[in-house]
Formats: sequence, structure tokens, C-alpha cells
Amino acid sequence: MLEAYLPVLVHFLVVLALGLIILGLSAWVGVKRPSPEKLAPYECGMPPVGDARERFSISFYLVGMLFILFDVEVAFLFPWAVVYKSLKWPGFLEMFLYIAILLAGYLYIWKKGALDWSR
Amino acid sequence: MATHSDLPLLLLMTLAKVVVVLGVLLTAIAYIVWMERKVVAHIQSRWGPYLVGPHGLLQPLADALKFLFKEDIVPDEVDRPIFWLAPLLAFTLAFLSISVIPFGESITIAGHTIPLQITDLNVGLLFVLAVTSLGVYGVALAGWSSNSKFPLFGGLRSSAQLISYELSLGLAVVSVVLIAGSLSLREIVEQQRGLWNICKQPLGFLLYFTAAVAETNRTPFDLPEAEAELVGGYHTEYSSFKFAMFFMAEYANMVTVSCLATSLFFGGWLGPVFGPPLVRSLLPVLWFALKVLAFLFVYIWIRGTLPRFRYDQLMGFGWRVMLPVALLNVLGTSLIVAWRSV
Repeated sequence: MLEAYLPVLVHFLVVLALGLIILGLSAWVGVKRPSPEKLAPYECGMPPVGDARERFSISFYLVGMLFILFDVEVAFLFPWAVVYKSLKWPGFLEMFLYIAILLAGYLYIWKKGALDWSR
Repeated sequence: MATHSDLPLLLLMTLAKVVVVLGVLLTAIAYIVWMERKVVAHIQSRWGPYLVGPHGLLQPLADALKFLFKEDIVPDEVDRPIFWLAPLLAFTLAFLSISVIPFGESITIAGHTIPLQITDLNVGLLFVLAVTSLGVYGVALAGWSSNSKFPLFGGLRSSAQLISYELSLGLAVVSVVLIAGSLSLREIVEQQRGLWNICKQPLGFLLYFTAAVAETNRTPFDLPEAEAELVGGYHTEYSSFKFAMFFMAEYANMVTVSCLATSLFFGGWLGPVFGPPLVRSLLPVLWFALKVLAFLFVYIWIRGTLPRFRYDQLMGFGWRVMLPVALLNVLGTSLIVAWRSV
């Protein structure tokens, strides 16, 4: 069974080599005329103000956390879906309970305003 | 299957297939860009590329050469290793997921039956989802390593958008798996011989395609590169072929997503087959290519027609509409499947 993954490895190595060759080639043949202005971070032509390593909105962290919660759920659904036809009604009931609990949590975060971006 | 004596043959065959697939994919991407420029131009009553070759057909070639010879600017304050890694990562991952897509049944050359697919993993669908979702690293790392404000915001926005819509994408796919009972793309296609999945999963398809457009950062979900506010988004600081690699990755992802939509919902390579053996084995590839092309056209059509979302609308739509509807779709599908299998 593992040999089905061998072509994936071959494919990966070929693509990686292709990417490296292209990157190397363009770095090699491209012209190089650096100047201090060119090497500064781009800020629409104005002299850059401050550093880019700044604090950013906490909403992004929130989205990250919620994503992990729900993505684990989706990951659980995949094996269940594959064998679902042999599980029949017990399988449906179990997953229904699971999704119901999850939906309760979903409604809670909705009411708490976690899904409201402009808040 | 293959024993040890077959191993060199298997490797050789795989290498040949990989080279052909990559060659076709790269050419296809070049001409999808051309097609996009032409179609959008005609939607906007312009001509589009017209000077390089007849109807601008050599434009992609000229673009590639230009990218290659442009100055490769690496700004002073970037995180060099990551700055180099990000485009490579985006490119590699985008071109990797095509390896489990079946684009035809099989072809017989000199007594060897070669399946028209690089490899048929029994978890093929999961593989595609895993690889495409790794693509977010390319975007996030590019935004972070540039050490500039616009790329940072573009990268953050893009990552948040990608992970938000990935949930609905996964859930839409789960409902297809419920019907098929398999994660192998080949099996999922084979099972649609009677009726394409689009008839059983119209809502699932809509969810999938909407999420897929968002996943590939295309209009109306192209917030990460909203040029009016973020310059170029996460790849603002990239130039030369590094920029082209993000560009190619985006188009490769579009192709992958269209291939997946074709395989999951529109019967993959299935279609009327007739004629001598060679035509018989090549016609499915034609059907597959036509279906994928139709999807790509829809992509471009959408881009020429719809305005961009606002960011809070985008996140709200993903979390408050797509996610619950996708969950309910899974529940409904499982209910019907259980009903029918009793």
C-alpha cells in the first residue's frame, strides 16, 4: 500500500527541483542595480514610518482558535463519512449528538459576538 | 501490484507521467492567464493582449521571459530564508496536489495498462485537502517575512480568510464522501456512472464552489490583494520570478480546485465514449479537460462581473452563512443516506 505514495514523492521532488531551478535562474540572469530607495520597504513612495513588526488585531487570533476547534470537527467527520453506510442509524444518532453539541457551542460564540468582525 | 523487479519500471512510468502532467499544467496555466485577460477584456469592451503573436497568443511566453530577466529585488529588512522559502512553498504545494487527480480511465501502451492518474491514493481526497490547506503557510510566511506593512496585513487577512473558508470546503466535501463511501477520487468518479453527484448534492456543490473561489483568493473574495487598499497584499515586496511563482501557484490552485469540482460533482472523466481503442481511452481526457475549462471560464466570468466584498462581510459570510449551512447539509445528507440504506 505504501508504494502508492512513491509517485507522490517523485512528483514532489520534481516540482521542488523545478521551483529551485526557476528561482535560481531568475536570481542569476536578472539585472542587479540595487539602490537604498529600492531596498526600502514599500510604502507608496513615502519614506517608511516605523517598523512592520507591530501588534495586530486580536480578531485574527480569535479566528485562528475557532478554526482549530471546527477543523478538528471536520477531521472527525471524514472517517465517519467513509464508513457511514455500514453504521446506519446508530452512526447517524451518534454524529447527530456530536454535531448538536458543537452547534450549541457555535450558537454560544455567535451570541458572544465572536463572529462579528466589525465589533 | 508492483514487486521489486517492477520498481524501476514503476519509477520510470511515474516520472514520465509527472513530466507530462507538469508540462501540460504549466502550459495550461500560461494560457489560462491569456484566456483570463482576453475574456475580462471582452467583458469590459476592450481587446486585451493583441500585439505579441496572433491574438496575443505568444503573450504568456513574452511574460515568462520578462519575469525571468527582471531585477530580483530582496529588500534590506526582510527575513531572508523565509522570504525565499515562501514562494517556493506556495509553488511546490500548489503543483503537488494535482498528483491524485484522475484525468482519464487508463491507456494501454505496449501491453502495459497505465492508469491516467499519477497515483491513486485511497485517501486521495484527504491528500488534496491537506496539501491545499498547507498553502496558507506560503501566504502567511510571505506576509510576515517581508517586514513591510502592506504584506503583513495582506498575509494576515489572507490567512484568516483561507482558514475560515476551509471549514465550509471540508464540510461540503464530507457530504460527497457520505454518498460515495470512499476517499479515493477514482472510486468517487466511478460511482457517478449513473448520475452525477451534482444532482444529489446541488447545495453541496454551491457551498464547495463558493468556498473554493474564496480559497483561491479570487474575486469577489480577493481581499488579500485588494489593490485599492493593500497595494498587492502579501506579495507586495516580491518581484521578478518570485512574484511569478505566487501568481503561478494561484492559477495552479484554480486548476486543482476545478479538477476537484469536476471529479466530485460532475462525473470527472465520464462522458460518451466511442470509436477505436485509442480514441476510447483518450476521449475521457477530453471530457475531463472540457469540464475543467468550463469551471475556469466561470471563475473568469465571476471576476469580470462581481465587485469585491468588504472584509467584515467576507468573514461574516464565511462564519455565519457558509458554516451552518454546510453543517446542516452534512446532517441532511446523512439522514437521506441512512434512510436509503436501511
